[in-house]
Amino acid sequence: MSGRTQNNVLTGTRIRERRLALSRRQADVARAAGISPAYLNLIEHNRRPVSDDLVMRLSEVLEVPADELLEGHEEVRLAALREAAARLGGADIGAPETALAPDFLARFPGWAAILVAHARRSEALEAQLVSLSDRMRQDPYLLTTLHEILSAVTAIRSTASILADEAAIPAEWLSRFHANLDQDSQRLSVTAQALVAYLDSFEAEDTTATPQEEVEAWMGAGAPPLDRSPDLASDAARAMAGAHLARMEQERRALPDATLVEAAAASHDPLMIAARLGHPPDLVMRRLAALKPAGFEQVGLLVCDSAGALILRRPAPGFPLPRPGDACALWPLYQALAAPQTALSHSVETPEGRRFLTLSYATRQQPEGVQGPVITQAQMLIMPPDPARAAGPVIRIGPACRICPRKTCPARREPSILATA
Amino acid sequence: MLDILMIEDEPNIAEAVRFILTRDGWAMTLHGDGEGGVEAIRLARPRLVILDLMLPNRSGAEILRDLRADPDTAFAMTPVLMLTARGDAAAGTSQADAVLAKPFANEDLRALVRRMLA
Repeated sequence: MSGRTQNNVLTGTRIRERRLALSRRQADVARAAGISPAYLNLIEHNRRPVSDDLVMRLSEVLEVPADELLEGHEEVRLAALREAAARLGGADIGAPETALAPDFLARFPGWAAILVAHARRSEALEAQLVSLSDRMRQDPYLLTTLHEILSAVTAIRSTASILADEAAIPAEWLSRFHANLDQDSQRLSVTAQALVAYLDSFEAEDTTATPQEEVEAWMGAGAPPLDRSPDLASDAARAMAGAHLARMEQERRALPDATLVEAAAASHDPLMIAARLGHPPDLVMRRLAALKPAGFEQVGLLVCDSAGALILRRPAPGFPLPRPGDACALWPLYQALAAPQTALSHSVETPEGRRFLTLSYATRQQPEGVQGPVITQAQMLIMPPDPARAAGPVIRIGPACRICPRKTCPARREPSILATA
Repeated sequence: MLDILMIEDEPNIAEAVRFILTRDGWAMTLHGDGEGGVEAIRLARPRLVILDLMLPNRSGAEILRDLRADPDTAFAMTPVLMLTARGDAAAGTSQADAVLAKPFANEDLRALVRRMLA
């Protein structure tokens, strides 16, 4: 009941504002609408509720679209205004007079719209700032390059101080330090240029996160409700997250948590689990990466389409993931594309020497029938290394060519920005 | 007895540090890789370990964690000075006895080592 009264408060005030804007007398409007002037006066001063039928009649008399006087329309605006007040208010500014929000909205709709737009822009900019900040902290290009620069600066500073401050340095050491200085200054120069070029490239890009990055951030935050996630700023990201949730729920129904937990306790081999449960391996792999039951707490999952584009990235701790759009061509994920329906197991090693066991599996589907296109997707489960395979063959992977320090790589497609590469 | 074992993969940093610390009279040796770091400490039994955080193959944080978890408690408590590019807030340095952020002044390193080996 209170909601209806509040809505009518809005409607009454707006009726009055519209009438005054048309310079029409209260009695004329009341007569045209089939009510008494006294009753319209009470409505305009928010002391009487207004039926939907009367709102329709008044909208005709006042030559205004009915929805501008309807309660839902106002309620949305009022909610937006209150949200703006809550966002922009604070200890420094003081609390706004929220009780007067309905009057403010009705009397100054233009200012109210500006305030709401300002609050929303502020919110979007804050989200963008957080996103950029996260990117700066997690971007492996930046982290690796800055580490290179810092190492060179440290060596130069210590060596230069020795040359400047130490007395009676033996000639052999002098020669060695001069050579080191030359080497480190060249290294610093090359790496700094690469860093500047990399930062320049940001200007040519949309600095906001891609929808995929937004979805990844949302998943990283534990996949909170879509309407309450600050990570999902774009409609595209919300749509992707919604589709992801729907598929997760569908897969959860197909392979319930309890069943998977029990099966994972009996075997740490995803293929054995799939065979035991009678489910396809790709479903089991996705569910393991999502649920992370005991024995699979550290797993990650990469999924790519047949063009090689990564469409889902659940990082495993220590596994080098570059920015979206980049990848290492040696990841076994891509080998799986060439051998659909066949599980491929590999040991891989990162440039830092971390080893992982990967299980890659590709599927082919024709969702539009035999005449439709063949849709191939590959996925790679990233697991801790298998000690039993420590002496076996290892694929030496990287994050992406640009930040990969490997000097020789048969799959390199562009030079590394690391001077040591 | 060895005073200092430095685990650092940047040879020019290691060379500069070795020059100034050996000039101060400390007996010092180097290990240039994260792999085998704990074994190198066990073998050398130094009075102080200078440990870089960012090492190839095995990070300084992992070496420190393994060292502190060693059942030989006297060995596990070997003093560690951690060199880090990320300052005091870097993850994995909480078990270190001291942290020195890169780039550092030689005099700061000397003073810290003197204090830790006093």
